[in-house]
Amino acid sequence: MKALAASLAELVGLFVEDGALALAIIAVVVLAGIAAALGPAAPWLSGCILLFGCLGVLILNVMKAKRRR
Amino acid sequence: MIVSLHAGSAMTAAFLASLVEAVEALTIVLAVAVVRGWRPAGLGAIAGLVVLAVIVVALGPLLDRVPLHWLQLAIGILLLLFGMRWLRKAILRAAGLIPLHDEAAAFASETAELREQARRDAQRLDWLAGLASFKAVLLEGLEVVFIVIAVSAGRGVLIPVSAAALAACLLVALIGLLVHRPLARVPENMLKFAVGVMLSAFGLFWTGEGFGVAWPGADLAILAFIALFLGTGLAAVALLSCREAAAAS
Repeated sequence: MKALAASLAELVGLFVEDGALALAIIAVVVLAGIAAALGPAAPWLSGCILLFGCLGVLILNVMKAKRRR
Repeated sequence: MIVSLHAGSAMTAAFLASLVEAVEALTIVLAVAVVRGWRPAGLGAIAGLVVLAVIVVALGPLLDRVPLHWLQLAIGILLLLFGMRWLRKAILRAAGLIPLHDEAAAFASETAELREQARRDAQRLDWLAGLASFKAVLLEGLEVVFIVIAVSAGRGVLIPVSAAALAACLLVALIGLLVHRPLARVPENMLKFAVGVMLSAFGLFWTGEGFGVAWPGADLAILAFIALFLGTGLAAVALLSCREAAAAS
């Protein structure tokens, strides 16, 4: 059971290392999804949220990591 | 032209990512071989490859049954999580905020751990050593399988992308067999930076397609995303390095 839990944790670790980064990416994706659902006539809005959201999240996360040191 | 452009970037991403993963797996397998011999190391590695093959054969046909739209969205989100995790780590390492991954140190640590296990329980060591080799091949291999499936999803480029990944793994295995040392001189952080950039770009593209976004230039948008993630990553490294230098002075 312990080994299974450890293996699962390692599997999750492939995608999630920094919880804040993973949550922020999911938040950007959810926002983009809401924009796509509410405004299907303007899918570019969803694309812009994804693009600038992901780039912004990356910059903010590494800056935060620097401040934490 | 467009198809070859997509295939080319997908193959490059799979090749570079597989190089990194194969080097990491090789380090553990070599450590096992040094402490306990090639038998447990080889058996563990082969068992890992067999389980990987079973996973691919079992899950591969299931993927064909998932509607393309949902497949793009799921794989896009996973690629964003995976790629941006690698890119973040590569940025922090390049800026000197966290230490670079050192294959020689990883090899020494794995060897020391196996020797400590030998001291405690010599009889179980072959089993434990084989398990370490198995886990390394399985976990790193799962990452390779995920990347191959993710970057080739729904585009009919699975065979060339798989061939690129396989070539990288065989290259590393061959060099490892010849030199019998961990490949500590591979510029791993640079490779991780490049792969992080490419996987993040693919993830952004697929997630958008999953939401019905018609990216300008279709597949060409991937190149633009690669340039944007690369530029952002390099700018972050420069900014962090400047602040680090300012703090030190």
